[in-house]
Amino acid sequence: MVTDLDVDSTFKRFVEVGRVVLLKSGPYTGKIAVIAEIIDHKRAVIDGPTTSVPRQSYPYKHLTLTPLALTKLPRGSRSGAIKKQLEKEDTLTKWNNSEWAKKRAAVEKRRGLNDFARFSVMLEKKKRRDGVRKAVKASKA
Amino acid sequence: MARSKELVPGVGRFSRSQVAAKRGLWKGTKKSEKPAVEPTSETVEKTIGGDKNGGKRLVPTSKAPRFYSAEDVRQPKKSRKTAKPPQLRSSITPGTVLILLAGRFRGKRVVFLKQLESGLLLVSGPYKVNGVPLRRVNQAYVIATSTIVNLEGIKLSEEINDAYFAKSSSKGAKSAEEEFFEDGNPKEKEPFPASKAALQKEVDSSLITAIKKTENLAKYLKSSWGLSKGQYPHQMVF
Repeated sequence: MVTDLDVDSTFKRFVEVGRVVLLKSGPYTGKIAVIAEIIDHKRAVIDGPTTSVPRQSYPYKHLTLTPLALTKLPRGSRSGAIKKQLEKEDTLTKWNNSEWAKKRAAVEKRRGLNDFARFSVMLEKKKRRDGVRKAVKASKA
Repeated sequence: MARSKELVPGVGRFSRSQVAAKRGLWKGTKKSEKPAVEPTSETVEKTIGGDKNGGKRLVPTSKAPRFYSAEDVRQPKKSRKTAKPPQLRSSITPGTVLILLAGRFRGKRVVFLKQLESGLLLVSGPYKVNGVPLRRVNQAYVIATSTIVNLEGIKLSEEINDAYFAKSSSKGAKSAEEEFFEDGNPKEKEPFPASKAALQKEVDSSLITAIKKTENLAKYLKSSWGLSKGQYPHQMVF
């Protein structure tokens, strides 16, 4: 649901029904969900039927608004309707293909590396640095 | 309330049911019998010299004390606790790469071979790779990584046990002079026993072939471990 504001606003992401949000804390940290209903200026009902986030009230403090939003979602929609709409608009793939999600996944992957893998990454980075250095030198000469 | 130590008079640490569980009467009473002890006679007949002493006398086998202590001395309770056999951390299996955290090889990455009877871990650098010889380390001073060297088919000599690492005891006190000097000159260093060096080589040769199967693993073992800014060991995956 895109807001029909006449005035040109610098704000692009709004707390609105259908807005896709990223959860920043709690057991579902890192998953995305959709705002189904706004409770007050502190909390909203969120639901993530495609990301196994159960319907619950969530403080905005622990949410991040993403640029994604469902185009058409009546307020107070139940899980089934939200799921249908999410699948129709293919929101999850849109999210997964976004740079933001990719970066998050990369960070998560690096964080989960074991000691030997960290060492191997270090070696690869060294190799890349060396390659760049040599190429720069060759181009300068 | 023997097991349930009193917190305040009349109130034990454990509830009635906890005490009952600890007493374990549901297991039934013990049925084993103690081995019969042969009763030793209280007195022994001894021949006594001298004409007027009757020749023989019954002497008690254990002499009664000549005096009793004026104060009651408490007998310390006998402890029934026994040391448990040392348990190996579940993250450590033969072949696991360990990071040593203490001792002169701290920061080194080594390969775990087996746990010795004393509970200490037998590790090898291997010596050729990073200079850590066959060595015993305490598992408390070690980080276990998830990297594992395949030790299949590698046989460890029975020779390597706790006694192998024990220092030879020198008898008698030596003066500091004797310890370090000979004929006024500094003593020559005792060479490393050839048998131990050979054993190290034997263990390492098979270990190194196993290590070489994985790319960069030898390099990894050669490098030493450390923390840089923003790294916290409890938040890291090893």
